[in-house]
Amino acid sequence: MQQIVNFFLRNKNFLLYLFLLFLSLVFIVQSHSYHQSKFINSANFLTGGIFSGVNNIRQYFNLREENQQLLQENNRLKSLVFNDEDSLVIDTTLAKKYNIVPAKVYKNSYSSTNNYLTINKGKRDSIEEDLGVITSKGIIGIIDNTSKGYARVMTVLNSNSRINAQLKKSDHFGTLMWDGKSPQIVQLVDLPKQAPIMEGDTITTGGRSIIFPKGIPIGSVISLSLDETENYYLVNIQLFNDMTSIGHVHVIKNLDMKEIETVNNPDE
Amino acid sequence: MNSIISLNISRFLLLVLVQVIVLNNINFLGYINPYPYILFILLYPINNNRALFIFLSFMLGLTIDLFSDSGGVHAAASVTLAYIRPVFLKSSFGTMYEHQTIKISSAEIGQRLTYFSIATLIHHIILFSFEVFSASKILLIIKKSLFSSIFTIILCLIITILFSRKPK
Repeated sequence: MQQIVNFFLRNKNFLLYLFLLFLSLVFIVQSHSYHQSKFINSANFLTGGIFSGVNNIRQYFNLREENQQLLQENNRLKSLVFNDEDSLVIDTTLAKKYNIVPAKVYKNSYSSTNNYLTINKGKRDSIEEDLGVITSKGIIGIIDNTSKGYARVMTVLNSNSRINAQLKKSDHFGTLMWDGKSPQIVQLVDLPKQAPIMEGDTITTGGRSIIFPKGIPIGSVISLSLDETENYYLVNIQLFNDMTSIGHVHVIKNLDMKEIETVNNPDE
Repeated sequence: MNSIISLNISRFLLLVLVQVIVLNNINFLGYINPYPYILFILLYPINNNRALFIFLSFMLGLTIDLFSDSGGVHAAASVTLAYIRPVFLKSSFGTMYEHQTIKISSAEIGQRLTYFSIATLIHHIILFSFEVFSASKILLIIKKSLFSSIFTIILCLIITILFSRKPK
């Protein structure tokens, strides 16, 4: 017994080091599995508060750019109102099925392999996990963690992100992933060889998941190749959104989410 | 003694704030960020309570992780750096370390550069290996850690030169 105590006392620094290293490894592994990183994330009271203070100052520098974007969106909406025959996906049936909540981005990252946004809406504004996030230009990501006043968004620039996507002109679909290299380019995998795809084609969300409605733009094809099995395409996609500069986003809430889930999993 | 404690507390807070508010947003050439918050670990007094030092370094890394949504990668790299710091001190300062007489702020620029470079490189290699977390992307890990290290070393030297008290 004496010897065990002595051993611990002699190596207490090393044991402390091992323990702390183990703890951080647990956090790392947790952060790599979806919906597990509960403790270490930037959607909490302290970090959210500091980021909101910084954002209050920073937004003045982006006013010009922000105005430009609003002007463009206004233009697009006006042209929708004046040209009735223009058939975009956002119509009245969509408005009833989906609730849209505007939010401001407090923190953005795009240089690491797992990138997240922090936005200023949380449980208080009935934002929950698994809601989709978009801008007027296209898709951003999925909410993966919420606190009372803030939420964290796992963007498409995250190696854990998997989003259903399809061609705009046909219904062939694949999975949207990111290889961690360029923040402008994401990858579409598992797209069948039969799909009539060409460079420059538009890729949109698939509507097979309950998170995003069908037809939200993602990006355009810049290069494509067959994968090892020679049955599926591996497509590089240039995002419509500039992920390095995101000011305002919209959170989409599917009002039928619960209903669809109960239909899909009748056992529960 | 009190001034040392307050100096280290303010250094901790200041480095964390500068890191998360300013330096995490540099993204030079898309992916290069400096991480001079390790200055806290590098400049911590030599004749210290070792266990407290290791624990503080862990907390430093964890705070950075909290702000940058990176799981525990900074904590793992920082705690390792803190644990093996004596090796770096011995190899770059030699006998001065063994006699416990070194002051990093008054050391020669060459010795300081060696010390900072070795420590930063090791820290960044651990950091980016955990961050990328995939052996097949080893080139990406090396590229990231090398370029960020250069950036960090230069920034650390500039900060220590700017904030060192003039020898009288």
